[in-house]
Amino acid sequence: MTAISTSGLTKRFRGGQLAVDHIDLAVPLGSVYGFLGPNGSGKTTTIRMLLGLAYPTSGTASLLGVPMPDGATTVLHRVGSLVEGPAFYPFLAGADNLARYDAADRTADPATARARITEALDRVGLLAAAKKRYRHYSLGMKQRLAIAAGLLRPRELIILDEPTNGLDPQGTREVRALIRQIAADGTTVFVSSHLLAEVEQICTHVGVMRTGKLVFQGSLPELRRTGASRVSVQTADPEAAAKVLTGLGLADAQATEAGDAQAGDVQADDAQAGASAILGDASPEQVCAELVQAGIGVRGFAVVSPSLEDLFVGLTGEGFDVSG
Amino acid sequence: MSAGRFYASELRLVLLRRRNLLLLAVTAVFPLIIGIALRLAAPRPDGGNGPGPAFFNQLAGNGVFLTFIALSTLLVLVLPVVVAVVAGDSVAGEAGYGTLRYLLAVPAGRTRLLAVKYGVIVTFALCATFIVSAVALAAGAALFPVGPVTLLSGTTVSLAAGLLRLLFVTLYVTAAMAALGAIGLAISTLTEHAIGAIATLMILVVTSEVIDNVPQLHAAGPYLPTHWWLSFDSLLRVPVDTSTLLRGLLSFAVYAVLFGSFAWARFTSADVTS
Repeated sequence: MTAISTSGLTKRFRGGQLAVDHIDLAVPLGSVYGFLGPNGSGKTTTIRMLLGLAYPTSGTASLLGVPMPDGATTVLHRVGSLVEGPAFYPFLAGADNLARYDAADRTADPATARARITEALDRVGLLAAAKKRYRHYSLGMKQRLAIAAGLLRPRELIILDEPTNGLDPQGTREVRALIRQIAADGTTVFVSSHLLAEVEQICTHVGVMRTGKLVFQGSLPELRRTGASRVSVQTADPEAAAKVLTGLGLADAQATEAGDAQAGDVQADDAQAGASAILGDASPEQVCAELVQAGIGVRGFAVVSPSLEDLFVGLTGEGFDVSG
Repeated sequence: MSAGRFYASELRLVLLRRRNLLLLAVTAVFPLIIGIALRLAAPRPDGGNGPGPAFFNQLAGNGVFLTFIALSTLLVLVLPVVVAVVAGDSVAGEAGYGTLRYLLAVPAGRTRLLAVKYGVIVTFALCATFIVSAVALAAGAALFPVGPVTLLSGTTVSLAAGLLRLLFVTLYVTAAMAALGAIGLAISTLTEHAIGAIATLMILVVTSEVIDNVPQLHAAGPYLPTHWWLSFDSLLRVPVDTSTLLRGLLSFAVYAVLFGSFAWARFTSADVTS
Protein backbone atom coordinates (compact mmCIF):
# COMPACT_ATOMS: atom_id res chain seq x y z
CA MET A 1 0.00 0.00 0.00
CA THR A 2 1.13 3.54 -0.69
CA ALA A 3 0.32 6.60 1.37
CA ILE A 4 -0.87 8.45 -1.71
CA SER A 5 -1.38 7.11 -5.18
CA THR A 6 -3.04 8.65 -8.19
CA SER A 7 -3.61 7.34 -11.66
CA GLY A 8 -4.16 9.65 -14.58
CA LEU A 9 -5.41 12.30 -12.16
CA THR A 10 -6.62 15.26 -14.20
CA LYS A 11 -8.32 18.55 -13.43
CA ARG A 12 -9.64 20.82 -16.13
CA PHE A 13 -11.16 24.06 -14.84
CA ARG A 14 -14.45 25.36 -16.15
CA GLY A 15 -12.56 27.88 -18.28
CA GLY A 16 -10.93 24.98 -20.09
CA GLN A 17 -7.53 25.40 -18.46
CA LEU A 18 -5.79 22.09 -17.78
CA ALA A 19 -4.47 22.57 -14.23
CA VAL A 20 -3.43 18.98 -13.57
CA ASP A 21 -2.66 16.73 -16.50
CA HIS A 22 -2.71 12.94 -16.00
CA ILE A 23 -0.40 12.65 -13.05
CA ASP A 24 0.54 9.33 -11.45
CA LEU A 25 1.75 9.98 -7.93
CA ALA A 26 3.19 7.19 -5.79
CA VAL A 27 4.11 8.31 -2.30
CA PRO A 28 5.66 5.45 -0.31
CA LEU A 29 4.57 4.92 3.30
CA GLY A 30 7.01 6.45 5.74
CA SER A 31 8.58 8.76 3.19
CA VAL A 32 8.98 12.51 3.33
CA TYR A 33 7.83 13.40 -0.14
CA GLY A 34 8.64 16.81 -1.56
CA PHE A 35 6.08 17.95 -4.10
CA LEU A 36 7.89 20.59 -6.12
CA GLY A 37 7.09 22.99 -8.84
CA PRO A 38 6.83 26.66 -9.63
CA ASN A 39 3.78 28.60 -8.49
CA GLY A 40 0.84 27.74 -10.70
CA SER A 41 2.16 24.33 -11.73
CA GLY A 42 -0.85 22.51 -10.27
CA LYS A 43 0.43 21.49 -6.83
CA THR A 44 -2.41 22.99 -4.80
CA THR A 45 -5.09 21.77 -7.20
CA THR A 46 -3.64 18.27 -6.85
CA ILE A 47 -3.74 18.53 -3.07
CA ARG A 48 -7.33 19.77 -3.19
CA MET A 49 -8.26 16.69 -5.20
CA LEU A 50 -6.37 14.40 -2.81
CA LEU A 51 -8.38 15.81 0.10
CA GLY A 52 -11.72 15.60 -1.70
CA LEU A 53 -12.17 19.37 -1.79
CA ALA A 54 -12.13 19.43 -5.58
CA TYR A 55 -13.37 16.66 -7.82
CA PRO A 56 -11.08 15.29 -10.55
CA THR A 57 -12.15 15.72 -14.18
CA SER A 58 -10.78 12.23 -14.78
CA GLY A 59 -8.45 9.73 -13.17
CA THR A 60 -8.41 8.32 -9.66
CA ALA A 61 -6.73 9.08 -6.37
CA SER A 62 -6.41 7.19 -3.12
CA LEU A 63 -5.16 8.04 0.35
CA LEU A 64 -3.82 5.20 2.50
CA GLY A 65 -5.42 2.79 0.06
CA VAL A 66 -8.89 4.36 0.31
CA PRO A 67 -10.29 5.85 -2.91
CA MET A 68 -11.00 9.58 -2.87
CA PRO A 69 -13.22 11.55 -2.89
CA ASP A 70 -15.73 8.74 -2.10
CA GLY A 71 -13.82 7.62 0.98
CA ALA A 72 -13.38 11.13 2.37
CA THR A 73 -15.38 10.55 5.52
CA THR A 74 -13.72 7.21 6.26
CA VAL A 75 -10.06 8.08 5.70
CA LEU A 76 -9.52 11.81 6.20
CA HIS A 77 -9.44 11.59 9.99
CA ARG A 78 -6.21 9.60 9.57
CA VAL A 79 -4.79 12.45 7.49
CA GLY A 80 -3.68 15.85 8.78
CA SER A 81 -3.53 18.70 6.33
CA LEU A 82 -2.49 22.26 5.73
CA VAL A 83 -3.94 23.60 2.48
CA GLU A 84 -3.13 26.99 1.03
CA GLY A 85 -2.25 28.65 4.28
CA PRO A 86 -3.90 28.59 7.69
CA ALA A 87 -7.60 29.44 8.08
CA PHE A 88 -9.29 29.95 11.42
CA TYR A 89 -12.02 32.06 13.03
CA PRO A 90 -10.37 35.40 13.85
CA PHE A 91 -12.69 36.05 16.80
CA LEU A 92 -11.86 32.76 18.54
CA ALA A 93 -8.78 31.99 20.62
CA GLY A 94 -6.23 29.48 19.33
CA ALA A 95 -7.40 26.64 21.57
CA ASP A 96 -11.08 27.36 20.76
CA ASN A 97 -10.28 27.22 17.07
CA LEU A 98 -8.76 23.78 17.50
CA ALA A 99 -11.77 22.70 19.58
CA ARG A 100 -14.02 23.82 16.73
CA TYR A 101 -12.25 21.59 14.19
CA ASP A 102 -12.12 18.73 16.66
CA ALA A 103 -15.88 19.02 17.27
CA ALA A 104 -16.48 18.66 13.54
CA ASP A 105 -14.67 15.30 13.56
CA ARG A 106 -17.26 12.63 14.23
CA THR A 107 -14.61 10.05 15.09
CA ALA A 108 -12.77 12.22 17.63
CA ASP A 109 -13.31 11.36 21.27
CA PRO A 110 -14.78 14.40 23.04
CA ALA A 111 -13.52 13.13 26.39
CA THR A 112 -9.90 13.52 25.33
CA ALA A 113 -10.39 16.71 23.30
CA ARG A 114 -8.95 19.07 25.89
CA ALA A 115 -5.85 16.94 26.44
CA ARG A 116 -5.27 16.48 22.71
CA ILE A 117 -5.64 20.21 22.02
CA THR A 118 -3.18 21.06 24.78
CA GLU A 119 -0.71 18.51 23.47
CA ALA A 120 -1.00 19.76 19.88
CA LEU A 121 -0.49 23.37 20.99
CA ASP A 122 2.47 22.31 23.10
CA ARG A 123 4.04 20.51 20.16
CA VAL A 124 4.06 23.63 18.01
CA GLY A 125 5.05 25.88 20.90
CA LEU A 126 1.78 27.78 21.14
CA LEU A 127 0.65 26.75 24.60
CA ALA A 128 1.33 30.24 25.94
CA ALA A 129 -0.88 31.75 23.24
CA ALA A 130 -3.73 29.23 23.63
CA LYS A 131 -6.17 31.81 24.98
CA LYS A 132 -5.11 34.59 22.63
CA ARG A 133 -7.48 35.45 19.81
CA TYR A 134 -6.40 34.21 16.41
CA ARG A 135 -6.65 37.70 14.93
CA HIS A 136 -3.76 38.77 17.17
CA TYR A 137 -1.49 35.91 16.09
CA SER A 138 1.62 36.63 14.03
CA LEU A 139 1.98 34.97 10.65
CA GLY A 140 4.33 32.36 12.07
CA MET A 141 1.93 31.58 14.93
CA LYS A 142 -0.94 31.18 12.48
CA GLN A 143 1.09 28.74 10.44
CA ARG A 144 2.01 26.77 13.53
CA LEU A 145 -1.61 26.69 14.72
CA ALA A 146 -2.55 25.20 11.35
CA ILE A 147 0.06 22.50 11.84
CA ALA A 148 -1.29 21.94 15.37
CA ALA A 149 -4.73 21.34 13.85
CA GLY A 150 -3.12 18.67 11.71
CA LEU A 151 -1.69 17.07 14.83
CA LEU A 152 -4.92 16.94 16.88
CA ARG A 153 -4.99 13.21 16.45
CA PRO A 154 -2.36 10.59 15.64
CA ARG A 155 -2.10 10.71 11.84
CA GLU A 156 -0.68 8.25 9.36
CA LEU A 157 -0.22 10.91 6.72
CA ILE A 158 0.30 14.66 6.87
CA ILE A 159 -0.23 16.79 3.79
CA LEU A 160 1.40 20.21 4.02
CA ASP A 161 0.91 22.73 1.26
CA GLU A 162 3.67 25.39 1.34
CA PRO A 163 4.10 25.14 5.14
CA THR A 164 6.83 27.80 5.29
CA ASN A 165 5.11 30.36 3.09
CA GLY A 166 5.52 33.82 4.52
CA LEU A 167 7.67 32.70 7.42
CA ASP A 168 10.91 34.37 8.46
CA PRO A 169 14.10 32.25 8.54
CA GLN A 170 13.53 31.47 12.20
CA GLY A 171 9.96 30.32 11.54
CA THR A 172 11.09 28.30 8.54
CA ARG A 173 13.64 26.47 10.68
CA GLU A 174 11.01 25.73 13.31
CA VAL A 175 8.60 24.29 10.77
CA ARG A 176 11.37 22.22 9.22
CA ALA A 177 12.30 20.81 12.63
CA LEU A 178 8.64 20.03 13.25
CA ILE A 179 8.36 18.17 9.95
CA ARG A 180 11.45 16.12 10.80
CA GLN A 181 9.93 15.29 14.16
CA ILE A 182 6.61 14.24 12.61
CA ALA A 183 8.43 12.07 10.09
CA ALA A 184 10.53 10.51 12.86
CA ASP A 185 7.30 9.31 14.48
CA GLY A 186 6.66 7.23 11.37
CA THR A 187 4.08 9.53 9.81
CA THR A 188 4.29 9.90 6.05
CA VAL A 189 4.79 13.55 5.13
CA PHE A 190 3.73 14.98 1.79
CA VAL A 191 5.00 18.52 1.57
CA SER A 192 4.51 20.83 -1.38
CA SER A 193 6.91 23.67 -1.91
CA HIS A 194 8.47 25.94 -4.43
CA LEU A 195 11.54 26.26 -2.22
CA LEU A 196 14.34 23.97 -3.24
CA ALA A 197 16.43 24.33 -0.08
CA GLU A 198 13.51 23.24 2.05
CA VAL A 199 13.00 20.07 0.07
CA GLU A 200 16.66 19.21 -0.22
CA GLN A 201 17.04 19.33 3.55
CA ILE A 202 14.11 17.22 4.66
CA CYS A 203 12.83 15.04 1.83
CA THR A 204 13.56 11.44 0.94
CA HIS A 205 11.47 11.50 -2.24
CA VAL A 206 10.48 14.15 -4.72
CA GLY A 207 7.89 14.73 -7.38
CA VAL A 208 8.38 17.65 -9.72
CA MET A 209 5.45 19.41 -11.38
CA ARG A 210 5.63 21.59 -14.44
CA THR A 211 2.52 23.17 -15.97
CA GLY A 212 0.25 20.45 -14.62
CA LYS A 213 2.48 17.51 -15.50
CA LEU A 214 4.57 15.36 -13.18
CA VAL A 215 7.96 15.59 -14.92
CA PHE A 216 9.94 13.60 -12.36
CA GLN A 217 9.20 11.29 -9.46
CA GLY A 218 11.62 9.26 -7.38
CA SER A 219 14.04 9.31 -4.48
CA LEU A 220 16.47 12.19 -4.07
CA PRO A 221 19.51 10.05 -5.13
CA GLU A 222 17.55 8.96 -8.21
CA LEU A 223 17.00 12.59 -9.08
CA ARG A 224 20.69 13.33 -8.71
CA ARG A 225 21.52 10.44 -11.04
CA THR A 226 19.40 11.97 -13.81
CA GLY A 227 21.93 14.78 -14.14
CA ALA A 228 24.85 14.07 -16.50
CA SER A 229 28.32 14.86 -15.14
CA ARG A 230 30.54 16.86 -17.47
CA VAL A 231 34.25 16.70 -17.87
CA SER A 232 35.83 20.12 -18.19
CA VAL A 233 39.36 20.90 -19.27
CA GLN A 234 41.15 24.26 -19.17
CA THR A 235 43.55 24.77 -22.01
CA ALA A 236 44.94 27.41 -24.38
CA ASP A 237 43.76 25.32 -27.30
CA PRO A 238 40.01 24.75 -26.82
CA GLU A 239 39.19 23.68 -30.39
CA ALA A 240 41.78 20.94 -30.41
CA ALA A 241 40.69 19.78 -26.97
CA ALA A 242 37.06 19.61 -28.06
CA LYS A 243 38.09 17.51 -31.07
CA VAL A 244 39.92 15.08 -28.82
CA LEU A 245 36.88 14.81 -26.52
CA THR A 246 34.64 14.13 -29.51
CA GLY A 247 37.19 11.62 -30.78
CA LEU A 248 36.94 9.79 -27.46
CA GLY A 249 33.21 9.37 -28.08
CA LEU A 250 32.03 11.95 -25.51
CA ALA A 251 28.76 13.67 -26.33
CA ASP A 252 28.09 17.41 -26.51
CA ALA A 253 31.74 18.51 -26.71
CA GLN A 254 32.01 22.29 -26.57
CA ALA A 255 34.94 24.66 -26.91
CA THR A 256 35.02 27.93 -24.95
CA GLU A 257 37.36 30.80 -25.91
CA ALA A 258 38.77 33.00 -23.16
CA GLY A 259 36.19 35.63 -22.19
CA ASP A 260 33.64 33.94 -24.44
CA ALA A 261 31.04 34.05 -21.76
CA GLN A 262 27.61 32.58 -22.28
CA ALA A 263 24.58 34.76 -21.74
CA GLY A 264 23.77 35.06 -18.09
CA ASP A 265 27.18 33.94 -16.95
CA VAL A 266 27.95 36.25 -14.08
CA GLN A 267 31.56 35.15 -13.98
CA ALA A 268 32.22 36.36 -17.52
CA ASP A 269 35.53 37.99 -16.66
CA ASP A 270 36.86 34.82 -15.16
CA ALA A 271 35.83 32.60 -18.05
CA GLN A 272 38.79 30.48 -18.97
CA ALA A 273 39.49 29.05 -22.36
CA GLY A 274 38.78 25.35 -22.45
CA ALA A 275 36.48 22.58 -23.54
CA SER A 276 33.84 20.41 -21.93
CA ALA A 277 31.75 17.36 -22.74
CA ILE A 278 29.36 14.93 -21.08
CA LEU A 279 31.46 12.32 -19.30
CA GLY A 280 29.07 9.42 -19.73
CA ASP A 281 30.67 6.03 -19.03
CA ALA A 282 34.20 7.18 -19.83
CA SER A 283 36.79 7.27 -17.06
CA PRO A 284 38.08 10.75 -16.24
CA GLU A 285 41.66 9.45 -15.83
CA GLN A 286 41.55 7.98 -19.31
CA VAL A 287 40.19 11.22 -20.78
CA CYS A 288 42.91 13.28 -19.11
CA ALA A 289 45.64 10.93 -20.32
CA GLU A 290 44.29 11.00 -23.87
CA LEU A 291 44.25 14.81 -23.85
CA VAL A 292 47.90 14.97 -22.75
CA GLN A 293 48.82 12.28 -25.25
CA ALA A 294 47.22 14.38 -28.04
CA GLY A 295 49.54 17.25 -27.12
CA ILE A 296 46.90 19.45 -25.45
CA GLY A 297 48.38 21.64 -22.74
CA VAL A 298 46.09 20.84 -19.83
CA ARG A 299 45.97 23.66 -17.28
CA GLY A 300 43.09 22.32 -15.30
CA PHE A 301 40.85 19.29 -15.34
CA ALA A 302 37.58 18.68 -13.51
CA VAL A 303 34.48 16.49 -13.40
CA VAL A 304 31.45 18.64 -12.66
CA SER A 305 28.17 17.20 -11.30
CA PRO A 306 25.10 19.37 -11.81
CA SER A 307 23.74 20.97 -8.66
CA LEU A 308 20.24 20.06 -7.52
CA GLU A 309 19.31 23.58 -8.50
CA ASP A 310 20.48 22.96 -12.06
CA LEU A 311 18.42 19.77 -12.15
CA PHE A 312 15.27 21.54 -10.98
CA VAL A 313 15.67 24.39 -13.39
CA GLY A 314 16.25 21.82 -16.12
CA LEU A 315 13.02 20.02 -15.17
CA THR A 316 10.78 22.99 -14.57
CA GLY A 317 12.20 25.60 -16.89
CA GLU A 318 13.33 29.06 -15.96
CA GLY A 319 11.44 31.13 -13.47
CA PHE A 320 11.81 28.53 -10.77
CA ASP A 321 12.17 30.26 -7.45
CA VAL A 322 15.27 28.53 -6.15
CA SER A 323 16.57 31.31 -3.95
CA GLY A 324 13.29 31.85 -2.12
CA MET B 1 -23.50 11.59 19.64
CA SER B 2 -20.73 13.30 17.71
CA ALA B 3 -23.26 15.07 15.48
CA GLY B 4 -24.56 16.61 18.69
CA ARG B 5 -21.08 17.84 19.52
CA PHE B 6 -20.69 19.45 16.09
CA TYR B 7 -24.15 21.02 16.42
CA ALA B 8 -23.29 22.37 19.87
CA SER B 9 -20.04 23.82 18.52
CA GLU B 10 -21.87 25.44 15.61
CA LEU B 11 -24.57 26.84 17.88
CA ARG B 12 -21.97 28.28 20.25
CA LEU B 13 -20.15 29.83 17.31
CA VAL B 14 -23.34 31.51 16.08
CA LEU B 15 -24.67 32.55 19.48
CA LEU B 16 -21.37 33.92 20.73
CA ARG B 17 -20.77 36.13 17.69
CA ARG B 18 -21.20 39.69 18.94
CA ARG B 19 -22.99 40.61 15.72
CA ASN B 20 -25.61 37.89 16.22
CA LEU B 21 -26.09 38.74 19.88
CA LEU B 22 -26.65 42.35 18.88
CA LEU B 23 -29.29 41.24 16.39
CA LEU B 24 -31.11 39.29 19.09
CA ALA B 25 -30.87 42.28 21.41
CA VAL B 26 -32.39 44.52 18.74
CA THR B 27 -35.25 42.06 18.22
CA ALA B 28 -35.86 42.18 21.96
CA VAL B 29 -35.97 45.97 22.06
CA PHE B 30 -38.55 46.35 19.26
CA PRO B 31 -41.54 44.89 21.17
CA LEU B 32 -40.73 47.24 24.06
CA ILE B 33 -40.71 50.27 21.75
CA ILE B 34 -43.94 49.20 20.08
CA GLY B 35 -45.60 48.59 23.45
CA ILE B 36 -44.56 51.94 24.88
CA ALA B 37 -45.53 53.78 21.69
CA LEU B 38 -48.98 52.19 21.64
CA ARG B 39 -49.44 52.88 25.35
CA LEU B 40 -48.58 56.54 24.82
CA ALA B 41 -50.89 56.75 21.82
CA ALA B 42 -53.66 55.63 24.20
CA PRO B 43 -55.73 53.55 21.81
CA ARG B 44 -59.45 53.83 22.30
CA PRO B 45 -61.02 50.87 24.12
CA ASP B 46 -63.94 50.89 21.65
CA GLY B 47 -61.75 49.77 18.73
CA GLY B 48 -61.75 52.75 16.44
CA ASN B 49 -59.95 52.74 13.12
CA GLY B 50 -56.32 52.36 14.14
CA PRO B 51 -53.68 51.33 11.63
CA GLY B 52 -52.33 47.82 11.09
CA PRO B 53 -53.88 44.35 11.24
CA ALA B 54 -57.19 43.76 12.91
CA PHE B 55 -55.71 42.84 16.27
CA PHE B 56 -54.06 46.23 16.81
CA ASN B 57 -57.28 47.45 18.25
CA GLN B 58 -57.56 44.55 20.65
CA LEU B 59 -54.47 45.68 22.48
CA ALA B 60 -56.14 48.24 24.69
CA GLY B 61 -58.29 45.50 26.15
CA ASN B 62 -55.54 42.93 26.57
CA GLY B 63 -51.76 43.14 26.82
CA VAL B 64 -51.41 39.64 25.30
CA PHE B 65 -52.17 41.20 21.94
CA LEU B 66 -48.89 43.10 22.04
CA THR B 67 -47.23 39.76 21.13
CA PHE B 68 -49.26 39.46 17.90
CA ILE B 69 -48.68 43.10 17.06
CA ALA B 70 -44.95 42.76 17.66
CA LEU B 71 -44.67 39.55 15.62
CA SER B 72 -46.60 40.95 12.66
CA THR B 73 -44.61 44.18 12.70
CA LEU B 74 -41.22 42.50 12.99
CA LEU B 75 -42.13 39.93 10.33
CA VAL B 76 -42.02 42.63 7.67
CA LEU B 77 -38.31 43.29 7.97
CA VAL B 78 -36.59 42.73 11.30
CA LEU B 79 -37.07 38.98 11.74
CA PRO B 80 -36.19 38.26 8.08
CA VAL B 81 -32.98 40.31 8.49
CA VAL B 82 -32.03 38.38 11.61
CA VAL B 83 -32.55 35.06 9.86
CA ALA B 84 -30.90 36.29 6.64
CA VAL B 85 -27.72 37.30 8.46
CA VAL B 86 -27.25 33.88 10.04
CA ALA B 87 -28.43 31.87 7.02
CA GLY B 88 -26.53 33.92 4.44
CA ASP B 89 -23.38 33.71 6.54
CA SER B 90 -23.69 29.97 7.20
CA VAL B 91 -21.68 28.47 4.34
CA ALA B 92 -20.43 31.62 2.62
CA GLY B 93 -18.90 32.88 5.86
CA GLU B 94 -16.90 29.65 6.30
CA ALA B 95 -15.80 29.88 2.68
CA GLY B 96 -14.77 33.49 3.22
CA TYR B 97 -12.64 32.64 6.25
CA GLY B 98 -11.22 29.60 4.44
CA THR B 99 -12.37 27.44 7.34
CA LEU B 100 -14.69 25.53 5.01
CA ARG B 101 -11.81 23.62 3.41
CA TYR B 102 -10.48 22.65 6.83
CA LEU B 103 -13.90 21.56 8.10
CA LEU B 104 -14.24 19.33 5.04
CA ALA B 105 -10.70 18.00 5.47
CA VAL B 106 -11.42 17.16 9.13
CA PRO B 107 -13.67 15.52 7.68
CA ALA B 108 -16.99 17.01 8.76
CA GLY B 109 -18.76 15.42 5.78
CA ARG B 110 -20.52 17.69 3.30
CA THR B 111 -24.08 16.51 3.98
CA ARG B 112 -23.51 16.48 7.72
CA LEU B 113 -22.04 19.98 7.66
CA LEU B 114 -25.03 21.29 5.73
CA ALA B 115 -27.48 19.56 8.09
CA VAL B 116 -25.76 21.05 11.13
CA LYS B 117 -25.73 24.49 9.52
CA TYR B 118 -29.46 24.31 8.79
CA GLY B 119 -30.22 22.96 12.25
CA VAL B 120 -28.53 25.98 13.80
CA ILE B 121 -30.28 28.42 11.43
CA VAL B 122 -33.64 27.00 12.54
CA THR B 123 -32.58 27.13 16.18
CA PHE B 124 -31.54 30.76 15.79
CA ALA B 125 -34.87 31.61 14.09
CA LEU B 126 -36.66 29.89 16.98
CA CYS B 127 -34.67 31.95 19.50
CA ALA B 128 -35.46 35.20 17.69
CA THR B 129 -39.22 34.59 17.42
CA PHE B 130 -39.53 33.37 21.00
CA ILE B 131 -37.58 36.38 22.24
CA VAL B 132 -40.07 38.64 20.43
CA SER B 133 -43.04 36.79 21.93
CA ALA B 134 -41.57 36.65 25.42
CA VAL B 135 -40.52 40.30 25.57
CA ALA B 136 -43.82 41.42 24.02
CA LEU B 137 -45.77 39.33 26.51
CA ALA B 138 -43.85 40.80 29.44
CA ALA B 139 -44.17 44.35 28.11
CA GLY B 140 -47.85 43.84 27.32
CA ALA B 141 -48.49 42.58 30.84
CA ALA B 142 -46.66 45.56 32.30
CA LEU B 143 -48.29 48.22 30.16
CA PHE B 144 -51.83 46.94 29.61
CA PRO B 145 -54.44 44.93 31.48
CA VAL B 146 -54.22 41.15 31.09
CA GLY B 147 -57.10 38.74 31.29
CA PRO B 148 -59.26 36.36 29.26
CA VAL B 149 -58.47 36.86 25.58
CA THR B 150 -61.12 38.10 23.16
CA LEU B 151 -60.21 36.64 19.79
CA LEU B 152 -60.67 38.28 16.38
CA SER B 153 -63.84 36.29 15.82
CA GLY B 154 -65.29 37.85 18.97
CA THR B 155 -65.10 34.73 21.07
CA THR B 156 -63.47 35.06 24.47
CA VAL B 157 -61.17 32.29 25.70
CA SER B 158 -59.37 31.91 29.01
CA LEU B 159 -55.93 33.48 29.45
CA ALA B 160 -54.35 30.01 29.45
CA ALA B 161 -56.04 29.12 26.18
CA GLY B 162 -54.93 32.47 24.77
CA LEU B 163 -51.34 31.80 25.76
CA LEU B 164 -51.49 28.36 24.16
CA ARG B 165 -52.59 30.04 20.94
CA LEU B 166 -49.67 32.46 21.32
CA LEU B 167 -47.34 29.45 21.52
CA PHE B 168 -48.75 28.08 18.27
CA VAL B 169 -48.50 31.50 16.60
CA THR B 170 -44.83 31.74 17.61
CA LEU B 171 -44.16 28.26 16.25
CA TYR B 172 -45.93 29.16 12.99
CA VAL B 173 -43.72 32.24 12.62
CA THR B 174 -40.68 30.07 13.38
CA ALA B 175 -41.73 27.73 10.57
CA ALA B 176 -41.98 30.70 8.20
CA MET B 177 -38.49 31.83 9.20
CA ALA B 178 -37.14 28.26 8.90
CA ALA B 179 -38.33 28.19 5.28
CA LEU B 180 -36.63 31.53 4.68
CA GLY B 181 -33.51 30.09 6.30
CA ALA B 182 -33.47 27.24 3.77
CA ILE B 183 -33.52 29.77 0.93
CA GLY B 184 -30.68 31.63 2.64
CA LEU B 185 -28.68 28.43 3.08
CA ALA B 186 -29.04 27.67 -0.64
CA ILE B 187 -27.88 31.15 -1.62
CA SER B 188 -25.03 30.84 0.87
CA THR B 189 -23.62 27.78 -0.93
CA LEU B 190 -23.26 29.83 -4.12
CA THR B 191 -20.74 32.39 -2.89
CA GLU B 192 -17.88 33.01 -0.51
CA HIS B 193 -19.11 36.52 0.27
CA ALA B 194 -21.49 36.31 3.22
CA ILE B 195 -22.67 39.89 2.81
CA GLY B 196 -23.66 39.14 -0.78
CA ALA B 197 -25.73 36.16 0.28
CA ILE B 198 -27.41 38.17 3.05
CA ALA B 199 -28.23 41.06 0.70
CA THR B 200 -29.55 38.73 -1.99
CA LEU B 201 -31.90 37.07 0.48
CA MET B 202 -33.20 40.42 1.74
CA ILE B 203 -33.79 41.66 -1.80
CA LEU B 204 -35.74 38.46 -2.39
CA VAL B 205 -37.88 39.06 0.70
CA VAL B 206 -38.66 42.67 -0.16
CA THR B 207 -39.39 41.84 -3.81
CA SER B 208 -41.74 39.09 -2.72
CA GLU B 209 -43.53 41.44 -0.31
CA VAL B 210 -43.87 44.12 -2.99
CA ILE B 211 -45.25 41.71 -5.57
CA ASP B 212 -47.66 40.38 -2.95
CA ASN B 213 -49.04 43.90 -2.57
CA VAL B 214 -49.58 44.62 -6.27
CA PRO B 215 -53.26 43.87 -7.03
CA GLN B 216 -52.51 43.11 -10.70
CA LEU B 217 -50.15 40.31 -9.62
CA HIS B 218 -52.71 38.87 -7.23
CA ALA B 219 -52.59 35.45 -8.90
CA ALA B 220 -48.91 35.02 -8.02
CA GLY B 221 -49.55 35.75 -4.35
CA PRO B 222 -50.02 32.27 -2.89
CA TYR B 223 -46.77 31.06 -4.46
CA LEU B 224 -44.61 33.82 -2.97
CA PRO B 225 -42.32 32.88 -0.09
CA THR B 226 -43.63 35.71 2.10
CA HIS B 227 -47.33 35.43 1.28
CA TRP B 228 -48.39 33.22 4.20
CA TRP B 229 -46.22 34.76 6.89
CA LEU B 230 -48.99 36.88 8.44
CA SER B 231 -51.60 34.16 8.15
CA PHE B 232 -50.99 33.29 11.79
CA ASP B 233 -54.04 35.42 12.57
CA SER B 234 -56.02 32.32 11.52
CA LEU B 235 -55.07 30.95 14.92
CA LEU B 236 -56.84 33.84 16.60
CA ARG B 237 -60.30 32.82 15.46
CA VAL B 238 -62.88 30.29 16.60
CA PRO B 239 -62.97 27.95 14.86
CA VAL B 240 -59.32 28.10 13.81
CA ASP B 241 -59.01 28.68 10.05
CA THR B 242 -57.07 25.46 9.55
CA SER B 243 -57.20 25.46 5.75
CA THR B 244 -55.32 28.78 5.56
CA LEU B 245 -52.86 27.62 8.21
CA LEU B 246 -52.21 24.34 6.44
CA ARG B 247 -51.70 26.07 3.12
CA GLY B 248 -49.18 28.34 4.82
CA LEU B 249 -47.34 25.46 6.43
CA LEU B 250 -47.41 23.58 3.12
CA SER B 251 -45.86 26.61 1.41
CA PHE B 252 -43.09 26.75 4.05
CA ALA B 253 -42.43 23.02 3.71
CA VAL B 254 -42.24 23.21 -0.07
CA TYR B 255 -39.81 26.12 0.05
CA ALA B 256 -37.69 24.42 2.71
CA VAL B 257 -37.50 21.12 0.83
CA LEU B 258 -36.94 22.76 -2.56
CA PHE B 259 -34.14 25.05 -1.46
CA GLY B 260 -32.73 22.53 1.01
CA SER B 261 -32.38 20.06 -1.86
CA PHE B 262 -30.82 22.72 -4.05
CA ALA B 263 -28.31 23.59 -1.31
CA TRP B 264 -27.47 19.90 -0.86
CA ALA B 265 -27.08 19.23 -4.59
CA ARG B 266 -24.88 22.26 -5.02
CA PHE B 267 -22.79 21.80 -1.88
CA THR B 268 -22.08 18.09 -2.36
CA SER B 269 -21.03 18.48 -5.98
CA ALA B 270 -19.13 21.76 -6.15
CA ASP B 271 -15.37 22.15 -5.78
CA VAL B 272 -14.33 24.07 -2.70
CA THR B 273 -11.97 26.69 -4.08
CA SER B 274 -11.89 29.11 -1.17
